[in-house]
Amino acid sequence: MTTADQPILELDRVWRVHGSGHTAVEALRDASLTVSAGELVAVMGPSGSGKSTLLTLAGGLDRPTEGAVRVLGQDLAGLGPDQLAAVRRRTLGYVFQELNLLPGLTAAENVSLPLELEGMRPGPARDQALAALERVGLAKLVDRFPDDLSGGEQQRVAIARAVVGERRLLLADEPTGALDSVTGESVMRLLRDACDHHGAAGVLVTHDAAHAAWADRVVFLRDGVLVDQAGPLAGPEALLRTEGARP
Amino acid sequence: MSMKLGLLALLSDGPTHGYQLKHDFESRTGGAWLLNVGQVYTTLQRLERDGLVAPAGDDGDERRVFGITDAGRRAIDDWYAEPVVVAAPPRDELAIKVLLALAADAVDVRGVLQRQRTATIEQLQEYTRLKRQADTDEELAWVLLLDAMILKAEAEVRWLDLCEARLRRRDAAADATTKTDGGPR
Repeated sequence: MTTADQPILELDRVWRVHGSGHTAVEALRDASLTVSAGELVAVMGPSGSGKSTLLTLAGGLDRPTEGAVRVLGQDLAGLGPDQLAAVRRRTLGYVFQELNLLPGLTAAENVSLPLELEGMRPGPARDQALAALERVGLAKLVDRFPDDLSGGEQQRVAIARAVVGERRLLLADEPTGALDSVTGESVMRLLRDACDHHGAAGVLVTHDAAHAAWADRVVFLRDGVLVDQAGPLAGPEALLRTEGARP
Repeated sequence: MSMKLGLLALLSDGPTHGYQLKHDFESRTGGAWLLNVGQVYTTLQRLERDGLVAPAGDDGDERRVFGITDAGRRAIDDWYAEPVVVAAPPRDELAIKVLLALAADAVDVRGVLQRQRTATIEQLQEYTRLKRQADTDEELAWVLLLDAMILKAEAEVRWLDLCEARLRRRDAAADATTKTDGGPR
């Protein structure tokens, strides 16, 4: 049973250093970050600031040089390759700018594939895929192939694939990259919904402040260091203009 | 803009009284500008003096009703026909503060930029929260107003990012010059 503030992801004083000696590059320096169930955290920073490194470590695709990365309390460094692969398949969902949908499979098949790879039988896997596609508003397009879907619809399929099977940690890298403003906003609504109503924790890497603003917290990376954090405004000054202005 | 133009724009739909004008103006503009009813009546008197509106009796509850005149209609047509001129260069406090910080040796410009970025994103989060709660179909004016504020805040963050990127480039170039000129041989 999960509670609302159970940490799903913990980066505990994480360093990631590539190379050694004079040529060592410190991609991440002493970074600590906790993301709880129901929480969406955005990571912003210029290119080369360590955003992608943070995401690959959180996804177990790379290991820290020092410090610990824990998912649902489990230190990823203590897991063997098979266990790590299982965590990646069962607990983590990825939404990248490059969608990586398989062109020869329908929307429903793209979403059910990770479940079938987990050993689920095709019938129940399809049922779960249809439920996930309904959540993202694609109930009527489940049998379309990716090429017959718009960019926004394809990104919705990718989100359905990321959340299917009740994954607990969503990792999104510029998920609104090539989409227009209104479509990008609907993608942000879906990520928000996955955290608000399905108990997932989300980490969103973006350079777009308007999309980052959908997150509960925004953290800033500079040269591998987490330098600052923005959270919701508290107190009446937050509503100074907007709330009072509403007719 | 002046309240005169706002009231004229509403009166071009038909004659009405000051209380109704106040209500319609606020609801159609998403509450961007709250009017004081006393100011509304003062403005109507000025518009009447200028021949842009004329009295049209009362509404039965002793509230004076005003209607737009031909001259008033021409004024509002001209207003819609002309694009709004955005004053340039900007004289906003943020731009001036950053430019002055840049020239002052004792000021940590990057700190100024980051504190502003954090504050602006917090404001963005607030606008976004309000937008999430709004009904896009039922409250279109309100949502469009929030969109305008979100885009302005977003532009500010992008400008801060650009300031920082240019500063980095300048500092990197300065470092390279120091190394070639004064570095040990």
